[in-house]
Amino acid sequence: MKLIFEKSVAGRRGVRLPRCDVPIERDKLKGLKRKELPDLPEVSELDTVRHFTELSRHNFGVDTGFYPLGSCTMKYNPKIGEEAVRYQGFSRLHPLLPQLRQGGILTQGALQVIYETERFLSEITGMAEFTMQPLAGAHGELTGIMLIAAYHKSRGIKKTKVIIPDSAHGTNPASAAIAGYEVVSVPSDKNGVMDFSEFRKVIDEKVAAVMLTCPNTLGLFNPDIKKIADRTHQAGGLMYYDGANLNAILGKCRPGDVGFDVVHLNLHKTFGTPHGGGGPGAGPVGVKEHLREFLPISLVVKRPDGTYALEYNRPKSIGYVAPFYGNFGVILKCYVYILLLGREGLIRAAENAVLNANYMMEKLKSYYHLPYDRRCMHEFVLSANKQKKHGVKALDIAKRLLDFSFHPPTIYFPLIVEEAMMIEPAETESGETLDKFIEVMIQIAKEAEQEPQTIKDAPHNLDICRLDEVKAAREPNLKYVRVA
Amino acid sequence: MPYVSNTDEDRARMLGELGLKSIEELFSDIPADLRPSSFNLPPGLSELEVRRFTQTLADKNATDLICFLGGGFYDHFIPAALDTIISRSEFYTAYTPYQPEISQGTLQAIYEYQSAVCHLTDMDAANASLYDGGTALYEAMMMAVRITKRRKVIVDEGVSPIYRKMLHCYTGNLALEFVEIPVARNGRADRQAIETQLDKNTSCLILQNPNFFGCVDDITDMAESAQKSGSLVILSTYPISLGILKTPGEMQVDIATGEGQSLGLGLSFGGPYLGFMAVRSQYIRQMPGRIVGETTDKNGQRGFVLTLQTREQHIRREKATSNICSNEALCALSAIVYLSLIGKEGLKEVTELCSAKADYTLKRLLEIPGVKMRFPVPIFNEFTLELPRDAGDIIGQLIEKGIMAGFPLGRYYKNMEKCMLIAVTEKRTKEEIGMLAEALEAVL
Repeated sequence: MKLIFEKSVAGRRGVRLPRCDVPIERDKLKGLKRKELPDLPEVSELDTVRHFTELSRHNFGVDTGFYPLGSCTMKYNPKIGEEAVRYQGFSRLHPLLPQLRQGGILTQGALQVIYETERFLSEITGMAEFTMQPLAGAHGELTGIMLIAAYHKSRGIKKTKVIIPDSAHGTNPASAAIAGYEVVSVPSDKNGVMDFSEFRKVIDEKVAAVMLTCPNTLGLFNPDIKKIADRTHQAGGLMYYDGANLNAILGKCRPGDVGFDVVHLNLHKTFGTPHGGGGPGAGPVGVKEHLREFLPISLVVKRPDGTYALEYNRPKSIGYVAPFYGNFGVILKCYVYILLLGREGLIRAAENAVLNANYMMEKLKSYYHLPYDRRCMHEFVLSANKQKKHGVKALDIAKRLLDFSFHPPTIYFPLIVEEAMMIEPAETESGETLDKFIEVMIQIAKEAEQEPQTIKDAPHNLDICRLDEVKAAREPNLKYVRVA
Repeated sequence: MPYVSNTDEDRARMLGELGLKSIEELFSDIPADLRPSSFNLPPGLSELEVRRFTQTLADKNATDLICFLGGGFYDHFIPAALDTIISRSEFYTAYTPYQPEISQGTLQAIYEYQSAVCHLTDMDAANASLYDGGTALYEAMMMAVRITKRRKVIVDEGVSPIYRKMLHCYTGNLALEFVEIPVARNGRADRQAIETQLDKNTSCLILQNPNFFGCVDDITDMAESAQKSGSLVILSTYPISLGILKTPGEMQVDIATGEGQSLGLGLSFGGPYLGFMAVRSQYIRQMPGRIVGETTDKNGQRGFVLTLQTREQHIRREKATSNICSNEALCALSAIVYLSLIGKEGLKEVTELCSAKADYTLKRLLEIPGVKMRFPVPIFNEFTLELPRDAGDIIGQLIEKGIMAGFPLGRYYKNMEKCMLIAVTEKRTKEEIGMLAEALEAVL
């Protein structure tokens, strides 16, 4: 498809702007101006709408079809959330308004949304309080680790390490490292969870935190989680909960009750806000009482008279992690989601997410290798090892699924499973959809034995074939340059 | 139950196939003593009830104030077609384009966005987006620390105080030396003080243009000095202003960053916004976050993929250039759609309107006795006034008259309690500017 720049025609205009109703002084910025106008598209409104509509038709979302991308919780996103963020009282609200005198009273509705969402999340996870500021999951991780650093620092204890299991999301070690910690990786045991005896070898007084996802990226709940928390606390460390997989345990288990001190949530995963093609998300961070004083500036508080205000006087706070109060639009969608589902709906979501995953695992495990054959939670990981004997890799299977209008699972992650295919169906999908996907996966398993080339050449039904990623990295072409 | 497709019968059938009797058996790995001590949430509501309630909350917020409030976040015009496009659920219900064959829409749009950012800034390469302007600046600073292996950071106090607070926050646990340099008397960066601080330990010099006070500058001389000492120059910018102002590329900047909210995103009470970053070619492989590149399929057909991924956390883990995973892809889409709808000539017109209306506002307000211009240098669409008394009080009084007149600089700067920052966009009319002038005169 042509780029929008290639559709440009000199002199063509899109949207018209108002005539200037005040005098224009031409040379006030003399010597401070750019030499030439930037090369931006010159297209009509129709050109623009057609171009991007055409692009959207070359995209796949949850609304297009089944999207079992493991660890991403691609559930359906209720449309009322999209409507709510477009109400002018939210969409046009200037973030600096509540910081002005008389401004707080004019933002009460927005402050209430933040306050009540914060209260809901605290109850859901069993934490004392959340900061709603972090702008994505990884941003939440960084915030959480900085909170942990501030806690240890305030107690005058120098800690240098963060323990992370080898099955963790890549963001965990990356977040710990950029916050200034050495990362200690612990292998998984034969049951797919962090090896407790290996863990005991590395836990010591230098450990600031143990960062865990539970259920982990294999979709497995670690029954020894309490033992790990106790041992970590004994050594003076804190427990960090990566909430990417919270969807599995809503109403069944709360990280706070297990002994986690810090939790981040991905509102775009568990709480039904859309993923936006890679964002915006939101990654609020909850803490227990002993870390509360370090939470970022500012917090929304409820005054005795029932009004809401921003609290800035927080002397021990780590400071500003975001310019304002978080990705407000995403927080609002999360709020709407919790109001819609309520207590029973959230529990039902977790139950069906887990049921759907177990159902698929059961149906597929005789066709694909299941390295950890035990009850899973919201997701499970298959390996394409069996198919590899016929020259068919996880990547090939992913591409073959495209021919059947399914989004493939997450592949080659977690790193501890060879040829991994991580499948997370989410609770919003029906049994019929799962059955169709299962049927196709079984067909592909048979094809791998009988006609592997069909899989290796996939996709067949799209208007583009597999793309050359090596070429893209070797000779980076990252922007359009107009040919004179 | 809404948003869960399986009926009770479906559940029973599926459980049966698993050889289970109850849903609870699925959760048997969670020990009894780890079950929730409480899960106290309200019962679910119907969509109609939720709509009514959220509308009530929206209505509690002011929507009719005339906006002269900026400070890095501006009330610009957003064309109607933009929302039509970003409401396409093929875009907004997708995730990161890991499977390029069914994600060409997102990937091509990001490539076009990267191109537009490069053209606006005159830089060689841009990434696919960061969270916001503040985290973009932080990522740029960390890049400079990595590239130079030096630990001193020089920041001009004309850089947004909000962003400076963010830089401090992120580096609380890192051994970095921060030197913040107050602006010169004319409101611009203090050349002499910066020159004195630049040394062989300096990783970067961080500047902003126009700066937080609205002052416009040509920073080429400072860029040269910094580069002579082996430091990188980072410039935080306001993308709309790049329709007219000298670009980061023209001023020899190494890393340009900024807040993309002004490119078609609503103010939305602080987010979602859009951080952008553009760099010189030698720093491409040090950039954080996603990058989209052009390539071909086996038939030679053009297509787009996520590229240079060995920089990223999912591959490099603790050695990655950043921990970022989800970014602000849909906001980047908004930005490229905005720039397409407005277009090359349109952006010039937007900047002319902003600039002319700001000049006019300034002229009108300076006619009021006791009102003074704080800094005697050219401005784009934002400027600092000195008032006869506390600016915060005056702004409060003007809010009661239905006008968000500006931002009280005393909130972040010592000895500026009487100063107010006023922003004027293309949306403000001569009439509204007149109302501001009359209201201000009335309260003084």
